[in-house]
Amino acid sequence: MTAALALGDDALVLSHRLGEWAGHAPVLEEEVALANIALDLLGQARTLLSLVGDEDELAYLREERAFRNLQLVEQPNGDFAHTIARQLYFSTYQRLLYGQLAAGDSEFSGLAAKAVKEVAYHQDHAEQWTLRLGDGTAESHERMQRACDALWRFTGEMFQPVEGLDVDREALRSAWLESVTTVLKRATLTVPDTADTGAWAAGAGRQGLHTEPFGRMLAEMQHLHRSHPGASW
Amino acid sequence: MTAVTAGTAAASTHQARFDAAVAADERIEPRDWMPDDYRASLVRQMAQHAHSEIIGMQPEANWITRAPSLRRKAILMAKVQDEAGHGLYLYSATETLGASRDELLGKLHSGRQKYSSIFNYPTLTWADVGAIGWLVDGAAITNQVPLCRCSYGPYARAMVRICKEESFHQRQGYELLLALSQGTPAQHEMAQDAVDRWWWPSLMMFGPPDDASAHSAQSMAWKIKRHSNDELRQRFVDICVPQAEALGLTLPDPDLRWNEERGHHDFGAIDWDEFWQVLKGNGPCNEQRISQRRKAHEDGAWVREAAAAHAAKRAFGRSGAPHESAASDGSGTESDEAQVEATA
Repeated sequence: MTAALALGDDALVLSHRLGEWAGHAPVLEEEVALANIALDLLGQARTLLSLVGDEDELAYLREERAFRNLQLVEQPNGDFAHTIARQLYFSTYQRLLYGQLAAGDSEFSGLAAKAVKEVAYHQDHAEQWTLRLGDGTAESHERMQRACDALWRFTGEMFQPVEGLDVDREALRSAWLESVTTVLKRATLTVPDTADTGAWAAGAGRQGLHTEPFGRMLAEMQHLHRSHPGASW
Repeated sequence: MTAVTAGTAAASTHQARFDAAVAADERIEPRDWMPDDYRASLVRQMAQHAHSEIIGMQPEANWITRAPSLRRKAILMAKVQDEAGHGLYLYSATETLGASRDELLGKLHSGRQKYSSIFNYPTLTWADVGAIGWLVDGAAITNQVPLCRCSYGPYARAMVRICKEESFHQRQGYELLLALSQGTPAQHEMAQDAVDRWWWPSLMMFGPPDDASAHSAQSMAWKIKRHSNDELRQRFVDICVPQAEALGLTLPDPDLRWNEERGHHDFGAIDWDEFWQVLKGNGPCNEQRISQRRKAHEDGAWVREAAAAHAAKRAFGRSGAPHESAASDGSGTESDEAQVEATA
């Protein structure tokens, strides 16, 4: 069940981060789009966590060390470019991963077949904004490059083995690198580095080793639920 | 002299045609002639309605990251997303009258246009999310259902779509409060406290009493408004009393009782001083709400400039190195002095 937990936590945590944008987005259309993506991810999280146990117990009553999400998805929103870079890296991974899972016959194939349609939309959204910001103004170009560079080191983790997740990781990695490289180049951005050097932080989130902002995020997310043990909502 | 007479005659023909259309309950459409005051009044009301949707996202978004179950979190996110969508419909509808969204947002940010006074109250507990759904959305629906028959077509059609979604939100808010009311003693207390704090501000959403409402008579004559503020407020109280009983919660008004003779509930006096204070900008969250909105807009300026610059490059078929763009929506540096216009 590690795989369902890992994928469920990815979706749960990224959904939460996107939810923090509500009321703060640069245009109204993005209020709608970011909330839409957050909702899709929350739906995926609920399905995946329910494969493991009670969704609320898992979301609200686990400590930081028991979460299995990638460090990438727990990264703070930063400016809009950071959010978009995070979306680009993750949605490209998720689409390729779910594409493989949908084609297979694991317990995830049904879920993946549904989710891959949502994720295709997320990826398109991230790519379009990468192009606008990368090939927009000098300021947006610089911000987008900075965001891509800053988050690059978290990408290696996506291609580490996950127990119970039967995918061709090499194919996943080369397809991901090709897709992201193409978009970054079209956006007049520089690919931060080779995929290999991005891997130094790899594996930590999947083993319950997270970055510092994550604990604070969980404190906020879990506080009300934990304050009323046993209550239903 | 002749020209003036001809012009006046043409204007009065237009006016007569407009009056006849309104009298016959026909819809006025964007390309139809309309009196300047009618246009201005609609722009004011519709823009403020749009602003209310946008500012109204804040008190609820305040609880998205703390929602106590994943189901409730999904419902709340969907609701806040709907509100952004309602804002978009309403800005579009207002644009049919010749205003632009950027211009209207500029007026919101500089305080020249208002939003509903209710959103200047803070959401202090999770139960507030339910109280907003039940009472605030309930009051909004009571106000807005008659607007589905408003004389201006684009506004009426926007309201049909919005009211459907609002009714859904209201039921969800009621159901949230019901779960709390029937939950643990601490949850019940939380629900009661939220209703105690939101009841009177919700009654204020219907605007000043009829004898103090600046725009009511004209709006009713134009069939923008169909019922007076006090009529709608009474209707709302009559709807809420049995709902509060079903919830197992009380309404914070010792003077609230059924009046057999009138066939309505009598209720206590509203604190109109509080209402005018909130409207003037002195409510608990006025400063915070508008600052957050302005900050989101200002922080997002570089993103909007990037999108415009990118679109321009695409349009001219240019590519290559990014360049400095002069594109701006012109509303990011609004510095006009705030003009407080006390209206509702």
